Amino acid sequence: MNVELFFYLAAAMAIIASIKVISTHNTVHALLYLVVSLLAVAVCFYLMGAPFAAGLEVTVYAGAIVVLFVFAVMMFGLGSDETLNAPQVRGLGIWAGPVVIATGLLIELIYIINHSGLQKQLSIDVVDAKQVGILLYGPYLLAVEIASFLLLAGLLAGYHYAKPEGQGGQI
Amino acid sequence: MTAIPLEHVLIFASILFVIGFVGVIVRKNTLFMLMSLEVMLNAVGVAFIGAGSAWQQADGQVMFILILTLAAAEVAVGLALLIQMHRRFGSLNIDKLNKMRG
Repeated sequence: MNVELFFYLAAAMAIIASIKVISTHNTVHALLYLVVSLLAVAVCFYLMGAPFAAGLEVTVYAGAIVVLFVFAVMMFGLGSDETLNAPQVRGLGIWAGPVVIATGLLIELIYIINHSGLQKQLSIDVVDAKQVGILLYGPYLLAVEIASFLLLAGLLAGYHYAKPEGQGGQI
Repeated sequence: MTAIPLEHVLIFASILFVIGFVGVIVRKNTLFMLMSLEVMLNAVGVAFIGAGSAWQQADGQVMFILILTLAAAEVAVGLALLIQMHRRFGSLNIDKLNKMRG
């Protein structure tokens, strides 16, 4: 058992989930598969020796950005009756795919964390958060400032464009 | 040097990127196009992290954090525009936007 095998497993899961993201017809199902794909990529990051990036992937991508998508989907349905658009499919079919992939990822992660030989192999070449922070607030300080401007612009644009017509939400 | 060869990481990133690109090209629903853009940005992040771990430098993760902020800002603006589009045209079909009246 070595690290590469687990990397290929997680990569295969990420690829399958990404294909399902672009091929499903229901928006919420696609979002479920998007979350699973991001989690699989986070496991890949962990195996590549970047645990800090893996945590960021889970919190920011799978946490914040997907929640933003879910809020937007909820806003699209506000004007009409959502139950009319909902598919009439019942049973396990809808959520079985994401659940199977996510459970596979969980089993893989637990196995890696428990296995001392794999942990020894992984801890040799970890690029930890301290090195990232030193670099981020040293040579890359200007990039951080520009990124903060970008976030501010995104905040203002999102606030302005999503306003109702009467309150000056004109493009 | 990590156990995972850089070539395989780059192949994985390219496959993810192509999947996202196909999604952007094929789908007509603007929301699905935004999701495919997320997959593409994620693939770029995989490439940066893989390169960073191959050379044992933290620069790859710094670039990943910058991509993360870019993705967050892009999604915020994109979804706000989608809400505006849904309000004006009543649908998210990208083909409804092909006639712009200055």
